[in-house]
Amino acid sequence: MKKIAGILIIGLLSACAGQTTQPEVDDQSIGGYDSSSDSGADSSAYGSGGTGFYPLNDPNSILSRRSVYFDYDSYSVKGEYREMVIAHAQFLRDNPNAQVILQGNTDDRGSREYNLALGQRRADSVKNIMTLSGARNAQIEAVSFGEEKPRAYGSDESAWSQNRRADIVYRGE
Amino acid sequence: MLMSSYRRTVNYVLVILLFCLASSPAYSRLNIEIFGGGTNRIPIAIVPFADENRLQQRVTEVIAADLYRSGLFRLVDPGSLTPYAPAEVVYGDWTERGADALVIGRTIIMPNGLVEVQFRLMDVAKQAQIAGLATVVPMTQLRAAAHQIADIIYEALTGEVGVFSTRIAYVLKQGNKYALQIADADGFNEHSIIEYTEPIISPAWSPDGSQIAYVSFENKKPVVYVQTLATRQRKAVASFSGSNSAPAWSPDGKKLAVVLSLHGGSQLYLINADGSGLQRLTRSTSIDTEPNFSPDGRHIIFTSDRGGSPQIYRIPVTASESTTAERLTFEGSYNVSPDFNHDGRSFTFIHRHNGRFNVAVQDIATRQMQILTNTQFDESPSFAPNGRMILYATEIGGRGILSAVSRDGQTRQKLSVQTGDIREPAWGPLLRKR
Repeated sequence: MKKIAGILIIGLLSACAGQTTQPEVDDQSIGGYDSSSDSGADSSAYGSGGTGFYPLNDPNSILSRRSVYFDYDSYSVKGEYREMVIAHAQFLRDNPNAQVILQGNTDDRGSREYNLALGQRRADSVKNIMTLSGARNAQIEAVSFGEEKPRAYGSDESAWSQNRRADIVYRGE
Repeated sequence: MLMSSYRRTVNYVLVILLFCLASSPAYSRLNIEIFGGGTNRIPIAIVPFADENRLQQRVTEVIAADLYRSGLFRLVDPGSLTPYAPAEVVYGDWTERGADALVIGRTIIMPNGLVEVQFRLMDVAKQAQIAGLATVVPMTQLRAAAHQIADIIYEALTGEVGVFSTRIAYVLKQGNKYALQIADADGFNEHSIIEYTEPIISPAWSPDGSQIAYVSFENKKPVVYVQTLATRQRKAVASFSGSNSAPAWSPDGKKLAVVLSLHGGSQLYLINADGSGLQRLTRSTSIDTEPNFSPDGRHIIFTSDRGGSPQIYRIPVTASESTTAERLTFEGSYNVSPDFNHDGRSFTFIHRHNGRFNVAVQDIATRQMQILTNTQFDESPSFAPNGRMILYATEIGGRGILSAVSRDGQTRQKLSVQTGDIREPAWGPLLRKR
């Protein structure tokens, strides 16, 4: 009886719901950047709008690769990703108007804020390699999504390893 | 003995139906369950107030639910006894039923539609009144009046301040929609203050309860906002290059401690609540995050991995950048998310042990640590303003729910929604000046 009544309650509560809320907003969005895709790797918008950075989307170009994966509890960029990161740095060096956002991510174990800081460290690691390889500081913003925007859902290593990641996203993409 | 849970459930259904029928903007999707309870609960009888059946909300129902939920009271069934005034009380009847305390009262609907609620708390052994109140409220404020009465009863019988009139904030995730919501401490009157399709984390109440700081990802990166509840106006107070997160209010409400990656890494900064006057607080090569002010405003405790694993540290707010932080936690390799008790003598945090993340409390002076929960993935603990309960997020069956545990670990409450995850709870302040 209690259980049935409980379900009844929830049904009634849902019936009451429905109002949504939007606050008055007085903040601005950053630089017209629209990330309709969080996974920069398979974005195809860039180049089609006449921005002139075609190699970024050429599947044969190393620049079409955008994700750096990390080991558990680690923020060091593994050797297999260095060539790709350096290629992006050289692209930035050669295209002074191009800008990237580096988005650090973590798996969902532990504190959200601590994970945000861990994700920041991953983004910062990629940024360091880029600035050492010719990109200018002002071309790069390193930010973190922490555990908030997982690419893979699940509580196993295959999901977690997908989410220990930093993505390279060009502004305007 | 207790009002049966069946009757209580039916009563809730009636309450909710009334809410719907009155098409009140107030509604609740939170479902509360209570577990455990101390062994020395105070037996209290609550007689339904005279004429309260005519009201939209029976006042004694809310009072009884509040007291029962605290885990400190045992409800004694008044049966057919219906005294409304002290002269009508036959104390022997109540001694016989095992009640130490008795609550009686009346409700009067006034010609202007307002309701006068009168209540008295009687000590059965001393045969005397120990507290009372007469208040006039609109029909829509009957729950608030009941919470106020429950607070008075709680304080008179336990010596501690009651928190039944306080509110909680939390994030509700349904599908890809995130809502920052506020509800009364009993889960009623829930409403969204902001909704987005991007994550919201880390809500923090201003000390006067009028504003909430939080982190929103609506601009594709974490930015700290402060929103005024009454006007819904909000302002991005920390929107620097990189990530902005983990807002914590100073006790005077003038400043926020925030975490910025502005100069690389994640470091602590102070900023005025209007976003001006940025000041760097830590300068390390480690992660410094999750700041929380001591109630006297002199210290900040925070999470740092400067020792190799995340642990909780303390620094003076006046720290120069060379000040050495004092390490507070030593047990285990993962202690995070500290929140001071309001007396400043202890703090709650998340402690990892054998792959589980649990709510723990540590005494500042003795450094003694106590683990309070045995669930798997607890997060974001925050103390009730009277220090009696700790509200936190946990996971059951893969879904996020809120839970509260008493500081002795004896009583637990579970707050869940039927669809969606609730997380990131923060218990609001006491609004009455004591």
